[in-house]
Amino acid sequence: MDVEILSRIQFAFTVGFHFLFPPLTIGLGLNLVIMSALWLKTRNPLYHNMARFWTRIFGVIFAVGVATGIVMEFQFGTNWATYSRFVGDVFGSPLAIEGIYAFFLESGFLAILLFGWNKVGPKLHFFSTCMVALGSHFSAIWILVANSFMQTPAGYFLAKKVKVTEDGTQHPLSANLAEGTYTVKEVPLPDDYVLQQADLTSVRAVIDNFWELVFSPSSMDRLIHTTLACWLAGTFLVISVSAYYLLRRKHVAFAKASMKIALIVASITALLQLWSADSTARGVAENQPTKFAAMEGLADSTTDAPLGLGGIVTWERDAEGNRVGINESALKIPGLLSILVSGDFLNPGKGAQTEVKGLNDLPSDAFLQRRYPDKTPAQIADVRPEYWPNVPVVFQTYHIMIACWGGIALVAFLGLFLWWRGKLWQPEHSRFIRFFLWLCILSIFLPQIASQSGWFTAEMGRQPWVVYEILKTSEALSEVVRANQVLTSLILFGLIYFLLFLIFLYSLNSKIQHGPSEDLTGAELPEKWRPLSMKGGRMEDVGKSPPQ
Amino acid sequence: MDLPTIWFILVGVLFTGYVMLDGFDLGVGGLHLFVRKDEDRRIFLNAIGPVWDGNEVWLVTGGGALFAAFPEVYATVFSGFYDAFMLLLFGLIFRAVAIEFRSKQPGRLWRGGWDTAFAIGSLLSSLLIGVAMGNVIHGVPLNENHEFMGTILTLLNPYSLMVGVFTVSLFLMHGNIYLILKTEGELQQRLLRWVKVTIPIFLVLFAIVGFSTPALLPHIGEALARKPIPLILFFVLAILLALNIPREVYRGKEFRAFLCSCGTMASLMILFGATVYPNMVFSVPDPANSLTIANGSSTDKTLGFMFVVALIGVPIVIAYMASIYYIFRGKVKLDAESY
Repeated sequence: MDVEILSRIQFAFTVGFHFLFPPLTIGLGLNLVIMSALWLKTRNPLYHNMARFWTRIFGVIFAVGVATGIVMEFQFGTNWATYSRFVGDVFGSPLAIEGIYAFFLESGFLAILLFGWNKVGPKLHFFSTCMVALGSHFSAIWILVANSFMQTPAGYFLAKKVKVTEDGTQHPLSANLAEGTYTVKEVPLPDDYVLQQADLTSVRAVIDNFWELVFSPSSMDRLIHTTLACWLAGTFLVISVSAYYLLRRKHVAFAKASMKIALIVASITALLQLWSADSTARGVAENQPTKFAAMEGLADSTTDAPLGLGGIVTWERDAEGNRVGINESALKIPGLLSILVSGDFLNPGKGAQTEVKGLNDLPSDAFLQRRYPDKTPAQIADVRPEYWPNVPVVFQTYHIMIACWGGIALVAFLGLFLWWRGKLWQPEHSRFIRFFLWLCILSIFLPQIASQSGWFTAEMGRQPWVVYEILKTSEALSEVVRANQVLTSLILFGLIYFLLFLIFLYSLNSKIQHGPSEDLTGAELPEKWRPLSMKGGRMEDVGKSPPQ
Repeated sequence: MDLPTIWFILVGVLFTGYVMLDGFDLGVGGLHLFVRKDEDRRIFLNAIGPVWDGNEVWLVTGGGALFAAFPEVYATVFSGFYDAFMLLLFGLIFRAVAIEFRSKQPGRLWRGGWDTAFAIGSLLSSLLIGVAMGNVIHGVPLNENHEFMGTILTLLNPYSLMVGVFTVSLFLMHGNIYLILKTEGELQQRLLRWVKVTIPIFLVLFAIVGFSTPALLPHIGEALARKPIPLILFFVLAILLALNIPREVYRGKEFRAFLCSCGTMASLMILFGATVYPNMVFSVPDPANSLTIANGSSTDKTLGFMFVVALIGVPIVIAYMASIYYIFRGKVKLDAESY
């Protein structure tokens, strides 16, 4: 295998593994804020036990997130040095901001969250909870701003370093001029400039407008979409663990209260996600039509485009095995894709008139002609498939993500319904409730699979580009890193992460088995916090040993 | 002052924050196996418990700032030192995992295994950080596109290994002083005795590195001749601060001793920065290919914007980080939430 595919596998593997954890902490952070706020409001020790238990879980997840996150910060440089040189002026800033404004906030205040129960009062502790949650959301913002630059580059221009002699003439950087007779300047390139391999040492992306970079055409949609996915991930962890306790009749009061909070958050978030997904997909259709056509498995441009619910997409190959097109067979709803893309839900008839471009027209003739000025239209059509992502994979990951949303919505709303009917809390009376609680336990996988497959859709759908329609992934590698080095590190990452994952599961499980405190008298509250417990009524219990 | 110089200093501040803070917890890791009792080892772990992951954030942020301000340097160093950085990452991951999971199970084998992982991970990370810095001082082969032309063996030259060992001794001393701050009773007495070993070793190695560097490396000799005052000043300052540590320790001023240790590290980092400036990666044998603050930096627009960002953000970070350290001041007490 060559360096490119190994480096891509290593990046996908390390970021995929890392991305199991931050969504959990982001989502759990939101739930922790709610729980701690409920404690401050009601002074009911139940909510304190809850916050305390979920904080311990948060700590374990966060530790793995940090350990695997350091790798990500350096991997742009280790494996993608050409990319780093090319985009550093634009792409480095959000990463640095993420460090300064998000990671410090999160890790610093997490110390108070985890170890500060006896050191600070409840209000400062609550403030710390908010800061941790805020920090984890900030990190989502900045990493998505950075990533969105790769999807829909904005706020930059390409510039080339040249040697300028005293009379003002520009020479290439490689020109052999006498020392002292020239200065190196960076000159902007025209808009229709096409990046050449030979220029990679002298051309780079240069910041033009930082706020255009932040609010690039895709960044806000993707930020909202991903944040909601993270909320679902953390919330379904709470649902899963609570269902386990309910099924085992352990920590029932705790599990009921946790489940209620989580079901509410999950239902609202699932609905918001529907709206965000619609907006995000329309953005992809507009800004990255090739990716969109791959997601939908659409070969030919058409009005009245159908929405595929699921199916199979394969490559169509010529006699030599080159990709020339796609074959798809999928279950479809006629016209719905055009209506969704138009966004005109009130006039479906008119919306269906919207043309959706298919892969056979993407990327556009004009775009390809600029890259290959010497080729005839027929030759242009031949090179087109080189500019497609891996359509069969992108189609499937996209549809897996959507199917997971279906499962998420089902669990959340069925749970709400059963709660409303008062049936959810009596699994011993009903086989169906036991089945549903089992479903809840397993539902922890749904948002995780959705996040991972959604991420694969976004990143594989971007290929062959590392910066969309500017820099190819194959041009972005480190010049000096060899395949055997990457293979070695990849194998070691595989081993270490496997071990790490086992230990993580083991540790998570032991915390879940240990469970939250059962004390409802406030006797187990931190000493300084006790006088605040239960504003009336139960104060006389304070300080007594918990009833056995 | 021009923007690349400002950013040279800012990146320096972040990396100084990193070695000053993660330096003591790496040092604690290196000393970990020298105590045998389980309770003592837990006290070591919990001395750094609330702060170690925050300390590593300085490295992450330093890396991010280097990427933003000096992308050429970031790309050259991380791709060129590929194997070394992968080893460092594995060391740091192992260490993090060991801290997190060691005390989760009572078994002797379990705890002994993680203790060893913690110690080796810490020592290996310290050594590699030192070797990387040694190579920056020593210089590495770069071509005209600033690409690294050597292998891992190029990086493991005797000079850089010496700086690596010196860095280990520095972190061990720093960890030693930090532990004195966080312990009491018999354990603290033992740690006080250790100072008699860790500080002299550090001073001897510092003298060797300090005097051999300008002698062995002609470009550093030239730098010394060009700007003798700051280099000699911070060299002497580092030694004086290090010599003051035992004095403060025996007067019972633990916190002052720790501040002196931090001061030693800061002086060393300033010395390091002042020595290499304006180069960021010096190229041997062809110095013309060196990466400098001028040819390795981002545009002034990015540097200017990010300067404002840092000017607002970094003081806030330092303020709340200091408050958090203040909240966790005092001796380690093991409780239910401890590692």
